[in-house]
Amino acid sequence: MTEYEAVIGLEIHTHLKTKSKMFCACSTEFGRPPNSNICPVCTGQPGALPVLNKEAVNLAIRCGLALNCTINKKSVFARKNYFYPDLPKGYQISQFDLPVASRGFVDIAPADGAEKRIGITRAHLEEDAGKLVHQGAEGIEGATSSYVDLNRSSVPLLEIVSEPDLRSAAEAKAYLEKIKSILQYAGISDANMEEGKLRCDANVSIRPAGAAEFGVKTEIKNMNSFRAVERAIKIEIERQKQALAAGRQIIQETRSYDEAAGQTVSMRSKEESHDYRYFPEPDLLPLLISEDWLKQAQKELPELAEQRIKRYQEEYGISAYDARVLTLDKATADFFDTAARLYAGDKKNIVNWLTTDVLGYLKNEDLELSQTKLRPANLVEMLGLIDNKTISGKIAKELIGQMLKTGESAKKLVEQSGLRQITDEAELQKIIQEILNANPRQLEQYRAGKTALKGYFVGETMKRTKGRASPPAVNQILDKLLSG
Amino acid sequence: MHKLSLKEARRKLWRGETTSELLTENVFQQIQAHEPVVQAYLSIYREQALAQAKAADERLKKGDTDGAPLLGLPLALKDNLNLAGTETTCASKILKGYISRYTATAVQKLLDAGAVITGKLNLDEFAMGSSTENSALQKTTNPWDKERVPGGSSGGAAAAVAADECFGSLGSDTGGSIRQPAAFCGIVGLKPTYGLVSRYGLVAFGSSLDQIGPLTKTVEDAALLLNVIAGYDEKDSTSVNRPPEDYTADLNSDIAGKRLAVIKELSGEGIDAGVRQAIEKMLDKLREQGAVIETVALPSFKYALAAYYLVATSEASANLARFDGVRFGHRNKSARGTLEMFKRSRAEGFGPEVKRRIMLGTYALSAGYYDAYYLKAQKVRTLIRQDYARAFAKYDAVLSPTSPSVAFKFGAKVNDPLSMYLSDIATIPVNLAGLPGISVPCGLENKLPVGLQIATPEFTERKLLQIAAAAERSSGFERMHL
Repeated sequence: MTEYEAVIGLEIHTHLKTKSKMFCACSTEFGRPPNSNICPVCTGQPGALPVLNKEAVNLAIRCGLALNCTINKKSVFARKNYFYPDLPKGYQISQFDLPVASRGFVDIAPADGAEKRIGITRAHLEEDAGKLVHQGAEGIEGATSSYVDLNRSSVPLLEIVSEPDLRSAAEAKAYLEKIKSILQYAGISDANMEEGKLRCDANVSIRPAGAAEFGVKTEIKNMNSFRAVERAIKIEIERQKQALAAGRQIIQETRSYDEAAGQTVSMRSKEESHDYRYFPEPDLLPLLISEDWLKQAQKELPELAEQRIKRYQEEYGISAYDARVLTLDKATADFFDTAARLYAGDKKNIVNWLTTDVLGYLKNEDLELSQTKLRPANLVEMLGLIDNKTISGKIAKELIGQMLKTGESAKKLVEQSGLRQITDEAELQKIIQEILNANPRQLEQYRAGKTALKGYFVGETMKRTKGRASPPAVNQILDKLLSG
Repeated sequence: MHKLSLKEARRKLWRGETTSELLTENVFQQIQAHEPVVQAYLSIYREQALAQAKAADERLKKGDTDGAPLLGLPLALKDNLNLAGTETTCASKILKGYISRYTATAVQKLLDAGAVITGKLNLDEFAMGSSTENSALQKTTNPWDKERVPGGSSGGAAAAVAADECFGSLGSDTGGSIRQPAAFCGIVGLKPTYGLVSRYGLVAFGSSLDQIGPLTKTVEDAALLLNVIAGYDEKDSTSVNRPPEDYTADLNSDIAGKRLAVIKELSGEGIDAGVRQAIEKMLDKLREQGAVIETVALPSFKYALAAYYLVATSEASANLARFDGVRFGHRNKSARGTLEMFKRSRAEGFGPEVKRRIMLGTYALSAGYYDAYYLKAQKVRTLIRQDYARAFAKYDAVLSPTSPSVAFKFGAKVNDPLSMYLSDIATIPVNLAGLPGISVPCGLENKLPVGLQIATPEFTERKLLQIAAAAERSSGFERMHL
């Protein structure tokens, strides 16, 4: 049996975080009513002309720098010609032979292997198309009618093309996560796959292990989540292996990932593929990036995940593992940074609460941190209540759930529900005495030597006080009363 | 009064010798009398124009003319210029019924300058043609001879001015579409330097070649309109940001000592004898004014026509892709499926010449042909620019006939696209190099006007207009009046 190795390259399309569109002043805001963010330019009215959005270029340069690319002093926009009802001009303004950034790399640490460097071929600017909404069918084929929403038309995109350096679905996933992290940390994109702000196509081929030449590749489209990317690539590698094992040939084609069926399906072969007839966009001048512009972009490059991991370890003494967990999602890291500024105590307390209770909650509820109402100030306030013994850690664990749901301040929740810890000795002694009185048999057994029953009395006290009794105080009083 | 030049009409208005309403009425009377034969207008805005005229008269009464150099003057637009709320057809069935959602920058500048807009003018469909016979909507005739074409593609814009149906018009020029019809109709047509006038709102044909410019009765009128429409526009990335100039400043300066060169390649074979004679006479008159006239060879010109029909059609194939029946214009109603809807809408909506150019351009851009055609054509453009640069190192301007012939008869070239294309042989190189060029009437051949084309280095419109004005003064050419 021949051993095969997979060769994978990813093409990632990401929306750039600009206020206005790529070539007009329309807003890029997501979720507005259909065709409300439109103008003559992004609807392709005859005679309208594109004007390049400088902020989009800025973000593209920033991304190029974060991906260790060469930023090209001169890049050129080109028309990519094809017909589709969501493409108002009948061509997409993109970059072709002269992209804004080329030849870079990122280092990834896949779950199933050692750290590895992945080459970036290029990153180029282009505009997005509009969106079609079909009635009577899933796609345009068979639909009784289709509606065009051009809100997304001409929203700025950056396409990041990797070298065919990835060798497994896990590596592809790690690479995609790395790119997402860079996009988010550098403030380039929200990189949200659910809102379509990050899209990914994969070029997949296999070859006998150790071979120098590439096999015939297929392009996989329609992968709408990180999980889908990993699964689709796995499935496609398996399909190609089986095809070769059965003596069939791999055809160069575009395939669509069908998540429900768990398979990839042929869309079109190379012969049917488009001839995009690229040529330089005559309505735009070549994009010239000066040394000063580049320097400015370099200066404005925000702190990336690696730099934060290092800082967390050095400044706060946080473990490498925890620092990595904190920085997986930029929202969590930002939350931590704000909380750390507000909190005077040991920052590791914040880490503990964030990485266990908060992230656990998010995982259970399938939420992003930003979708909850918890704010750094609230968490810090709660930590303060623990530190000054107003509440116990156990109570805090109950509080955090409510705080995530309601955004209510910890102090207020404590006031409202009377969760304040009972530390008053006299009060506690009274309660404990009552419990001892109510359980003469257990008291007798305890005194007869069954000292393990102390835990029973602690439990009863907690039950009676609804957990508000301070455990050290309870222990102390119990010892006193039981020995008495 | 409709016979007056723009400048003369303005003088009368400003002196209070007439009103804008009267001027405008006069123009509409002329339109009413002659449109049945000339057929220059595709739409006529009588009511709106008279309302604009009345408003202008109010301002004139108050002396409120600041920043309004065209206040109350009736002008018309080629129907590939957007004016919000009006139909913009490009003389194509595919855009019939399309109402502009916005106003072209050049048109807005006319409005801001106080102009009265009388209507929109016929053209070859999408500005593709040299006789206006490619209009899918109507047949415009040459006011000098109704059996003959007005030239194209701005045929309506030229005929309307020649017939005194407006005091001037805006056209567009991709390969001669202002200058050639101006020559055929015995008027002045100016194509400014690429980038001097914003293209925003001009329905694109060949984006790297298109330029909006005036068609007028006199050189001075052309300068007046250029003063208004020129200037940087942030909506057009190819427009050039440079300080404004007064293009009328040098019109009366003499041209003694100016060095002018006749283009060798455009003065012999392929140019009608009568046209050559008219040009020769004109050159003598320029010599009499002290100009030095020599001959210059521009060897790369022999590739110009081929290069033009690759660049312009390639760009057009993309520019016209948006007419797919999805958002505006004609849509085939019986098609089943999207692809068929695209195909049928376009098959029904575009005329034969437009289809020919879309196919040519699509072919030229196709994988495997791009280097041989589009890229090679761009290299020819560089050669042509270099030829001009060499000439301008020695000469102030280069001269040639605007077109190899005078206005030809209807149908004479319709079935022979190549001979039709050749009528732009003299004007095309100017677009390929992005230079300013003007056509000035210089005489008659067989009772039909002949145009002299002058071209100068980029952004030297003042010099161009100065030489053109000198030619105009000495030509002895008299405009006709219907």
